Amino acid sequence: MKLTLALAQINTCLGDVQRNLEKHLSHVEEAHASGADLLIFPELSLTGYVLQDLTSTVSCRPDGNDPVFRPLLEASQKVDLVVGFVDEDRRHRFFISSAYLSKGEVVHVHHKVYLPTYGLFDEGRFFAWGDAVRAFDTRFGRVGILICEDFWHASPPYLLWLDGADLFLFTSASPGRGLGQEPKLESAHWVELTNQAYASLFTSFVVHVNRVGYEDGLNFWGGSTVFDPDGELLAKGPYQQEALTLAEIDLGQLHRTRARLPLLRDERTALVLRELKRIVGGVS
Amino acid sequence: MIDLTINTDLARTILTGFIKTEITRAGFSRAVVGLSGGLDSAVSCYLAAEALGPENVLALRMPYKTSSQDSLEHAQMVIDALGVRSLTIPITEMVEPYLERFAEAGPVRRGNVMARARMIILYDQSETFGGLVVGTGNKTEILLGYTTLYGDSACALNPLGDLYKTQLRQLAHALGLPEAILQKPPTADLWKDQTDEGELGFTYAEVDKVLYLLVDQRFTPEACVEAGFSEAFVRQVVERVRRNHFKRILPPIAKLSNRTVGYDFLYLRDWGT
Repeated sequence: MKLTLALAQINTCLGDVQRNLEKHLSHVEEAHASGADLLIFPELSLTGYVLQDLTSTVSCRPDGNDPVFRPLLEASQKVDLVVGFVDEDRRHRFFISSAYLSKGEVVHVHHKVYLPTYGLFDEGRFFAWGDAVRAFDTRFGRVGILICEDFWHASPPYLLWLDGADLFLFTSASPGRGLGQEPKLESAHWVELTNQAYASLFTSFVVHVNRVGYEDGLNFWGGSTVFDPDGELLAKGPYQQEALTLAEIDLGQLHRTRARLPLLRDERTALVLRELKRIVGGVS
Repeated sequence: MIDLTINTDLARTILTGFIKTEITRAGFSRAVVGLSGGLDSAVSCYLAAEALGPENVLALRMPYKTSSQDSLEHAQMVIDALGVRSLTIPITEMVEPYLERFAEAGPVRRGNVMARARMIILYDQSETFGGLVVGTGNKTEILLGYTTLYGDSACALNPLGDLYKTQLRQLAHALGLPEAILQKPPTADLWKDQTDEGELGFTYAEVDKVLYLLVDQRFTPEACVEAGFSEAFVRQVVERVRRNHFKRILPPIAKLSNRTVGYDFLYLRDWGT
């Protein structure tokens, strides 16, 4: 089975959900016209990233009654969508979130489980910590979503892999940092390395969609990528500029790679669990 | 291993994008730059011209009676090379009546008055030109506090503030600045034969390395000494950075209410844009 991914490497307007929504809907039209099956937007694509005290004013509920999600759900009749937003739950906790929408339904919502609160980051001050890492079924097979810092930790991708995900959708609003001699920033180098490593180690498709643009002095570097189960780079968006990057992936590659390299078959989950219990639980 | 080499193409892409985006989303399309004839302000002017088009950049030359002729000429080279708009507004008539009342004022006081007079002109001209003031302060001088508060440090946005002087020189070469500007020693030109390095007591090449270890690499002062720098020099730099921190932050507001600007009223400047 082949499917065409569209990586929407967009800039966003900080705190103006309506303007960002309009951009999402115009990208849906463009992606649909280009034959895309799945259109992926970056982290917090509906709100912008450094929200601080704007957090509580830009939140939505991922359902058909929400004025922001209603048009997105309609748009998902044309093409499956991953959108980034602030989810305000029933108890009024705010989560950095990504929702997978398909055929008018909310298929899955992921709450970011790792909130960087160090260096230039201050997410833990404004957001609640997500508490689940779950793969989910789509019309293209089983998928896992992670948001930025989630995949700076090795365990969430590993959990998704064991939970059946063959297609990993990673979204970011990654501020560029680390200018040295190389033609790419250190942050870009690091993220590309890890994405390629996950694709190789998990013999899976790993898609990363990162935003572009500026928020005050921060730049977001783009450079969205698709790696295949062999760790080969299939597509890459430009650095520092908006782009809708299309990538056709052949899910048959999972069969071919895993026939050659049965890392998933040989993964010793019982051993992992036993040792984890010993390490974390102090039981020998 | 101290390597301050930067990829100048990437720096140029990010910084011109920054200038264009941050000026545009504030509702402007133009920039004003104070051109001293030195390297830093020339780089800011080159980047602004590239980002916005030379017709949207106003370069201001603001000489004082003791300013060197070289400074004026070097600034003119930048104006000619880029085709930006320009104005020359001497500050002598502005500052002399004030300074004459205080004949005892030493070079630091006089230099600060001049820097602040230039700030008044930059901001006034930015109002009539309909542009924002693009800053010229580099990371070295910001960290060392080698700047006049509300003077040369005043700006609406600063594309150069995360580049050490050593790195700024690389960018200046890549941008193709006039050779005369690339070659001359850095100076604030506030009095005759003043040079930055003479006044600071060390070279940019040396201090940039120590600052890079202390700030970027989070070395302790002791580790800097182990890396080969003299203890006196490291102590001097650490103390300068600490003592001048007030120049890098907004004045603290005394907290009284439950929500106070600067503490728990937190928004980016790009709020809503």
